[in-house]
Amino acid sequence: MKTLGVDAVDFLDVGALLSDEERIVRDTVRAFVRDRVLPNVAEWFEDGTLPRALGKQLGELGLLGMHLRGYGCAGASAVAYGIACMELEAGDAGVRSFASVQGSLAMYAIYRWGDDGQKEAWLPRMSAGDAIGCFGLTEPDFGSNPAGMRTYARRDGADWVLNGTKMWITNGSIADVAIVWANTDDDAHGRASAAEAQDVRKAAGIRGFIVPTNSKGFVANDVHRKLSLRASITSELVLQDCRVPPDAVLPNARGLAGPLACLNEARFGIIWGAMGAARACYETALDYAKTRVQFDRPIGGFQITQQKLVNMLLELNKGTLLALHLGRKKDAGQLRPSQVSFGKLNNVREALAIAREARTILGANGVTLEYPVIRHMNNLESVLTYEGTSEMHTLIVGKEITGLDAFT
Amino acid sequence: MKIVVTVKLVPDPNSEKKIDPNTKRLVRTGVETVLNPYDEYALEAALQLKERAGGDATVTVFTMGPEALKETLRKALAMGADEAVMLADAALEGSDVSATSYAMAQALKKTGFDLLIVGGLTDDGSTGAVPGALAEYLGVPCITNARKAEVTGGALQVERETDSGYQTVRGPLPALLTTALTFGEPRYASLKGIMGAKKKPIAILTLSDLGLDRPVGTDGSKTQLVNFAPPPVRGKGKTIEVADATAGAHAIFDFLKEKKLV
Repeated sequence: MKTLGVDAVDFLDVGALLSDEERIVRDTVRAFVRDRVLPNVAEWFEDGTLPRALGKQLGELGLLGMHLRGYGCAGASAVAYGIACMELEAGDAGVRSFASVQGSLAMYAIYRWGDDGQKEAWLPRMSAGDAIGCFGLTEPDFGSNPAGMRTYARRDGADWVLNGTKMWITNGSIADVAIVWANTDDDAHGRASAAEAQDVRKAAGIRGFIVPTNSKGFVANDVHRKLSLRASITSELVLQDCRVPPDAVLPNARGLAGPLACLNEARFGIIWGAMGAARACYETALDYAKTRVQFDRPIGGFQITQQKLVNMLLELNKGTLLALHLGRKKDAGQLRPSQVSFGKLNNVREALAIAREARTILGANGVTLEYPVIRHMNNLESVLTYEGTSEMHTLIVGKEITGLDAFT
Repeated sequence: MKIVVTVKLVPDPNSEKKIDPNTKRLVRTGVETVLNPYDEYALEAALQLKERAGGDATVTVFTMGPEALKETLRKALAMGADEAVMLADAALEGSDVSATSYAMAQALKKTGFDLLIVGGLTDDGSTGAVPGALAEYLGVPCITNARKAEVTGGALQVERETDSGYQTVRGPLPALLTTALTFGEPRYASLKGIMGAKKKPIAILTLSDLGLDRPVGTDGSKTQLVNFAPPPVRGKGKTIEVADATAGAHAIFDFLKEKKLV
């Protein structure tokens, strides 16, 4: 794709802003995706599956929890983690979601809120891909409003007994361990900030539990007939008198701040991942436009097609720059959650627009799995609403700039 | 056992290649530099042999090139090499096979090795002649096109790939080995390997460290590149109009038969 002096994809030479180490991460994950994901992913999507063996391969590469330190994790920078997400999602959002859920949701929850025993017990195996994790926050009736969750953990002697249903849980039925968030009668100690006082009061008793999926009373049922993220396992978790020992509770998480800290990590990866999907669509459209002949010339020679391609290129490069900027801020410890919302809102929206535009350039070919475009386009429809809907991210940014809360 | 792998830093093979009409050399600016793909197979062989040998076996990557490209070697260190040595000197510019091999050999004598593993070909120059010349200058046995190798009792045993089958060849160490692409797919660098690579040493040698007794670079070269031309643009494919699928199948079969492909 690159000709001397001009890169038709990385037009602004954003790659030159990366360190040598970050470039090696990019090239390594890109090669892995080229060799192991792209030859098979259309079939996985068609069959509605993701091979579990891929988890082990991602573990061997060190991509699972790569931005965590110790416990077998590589301790990479936020930018390096973002780059890995971008390259994985250039393969498929399902593969990136697998890594996001494992590293940024399940492992991060234990890493951030767990005690040493819990970290030692789970993180090395999860980092190696030997144990798969999932993250249960969303419920059938509580998505954007997790504070209202009905899942409830009752103390019974020293044990906890959990009851409730979690929905849209990535990796649910293939997981060895689930991080389940549940309301309890506990008081809200250590609330995150005064600004969250209202949410915290509503969700004061929310606590996180490490639930091995072979626990009695735990069942995961897969969600079928999805038309998006088909190369990804999505499940419903049903907890019916599911008893866990006292050391299953994450000791340091109280209230909604617990799960929200994890979501913030995963959302950061999505800012990059979305641009990976967008890049794949743009590259496909550019290549197609240069070779597809209509009216005796390549369609890339027509003004309307060129305008589409250039508009895609503008947003692709701007979105990639935005991701890198936010990554540098995160590595400097200066990234605010509302800036993560800014990034996810913009980049997923623009990635979806790029995918749709790419589809029009491919014409009828754009709707088949012979090309990656409609696969990415359909995936992005999920990415648009999971990890915080675009509406919620709009309201988070809106609240920051006006000082007025428009959530309720 | 000290294993040294030679690698060349070449313009990204996926980029469009251009030759500077004045210097007749490949333009190396404005494109990313990567490890020569064949050399990654050589490195994979070295890492496998190191793992099998265990103990104090080490892998050193060696390259000759401009010092500005030094950091490209990090990928080899991330894949698992222990250290890197780079011969960098402006006076090396324009070296042909003979001058290149001579300079590399002098540096490799200084570095020292039990086993030298070299990729069979470079993506840019494609002479394929450096391994043989290197072995001559070093005075070591040269075993090419290896698909398997084993070090036992101070000797190297190699399974070579030929058009007619496989040969098993033995030779004493120190020795030079070139790898076939069937030796094994180069491994991916792991994240931990990438993180660890920045702490591994890259030593720089210049010609003054070597004490050469003949010139290198353009002056020390026995051959000169006098002309170059891009490959001819491929013409349009042949189009055959047929009445139906059966006639089409016959037409394709006849075409393949004419080309002696069936």
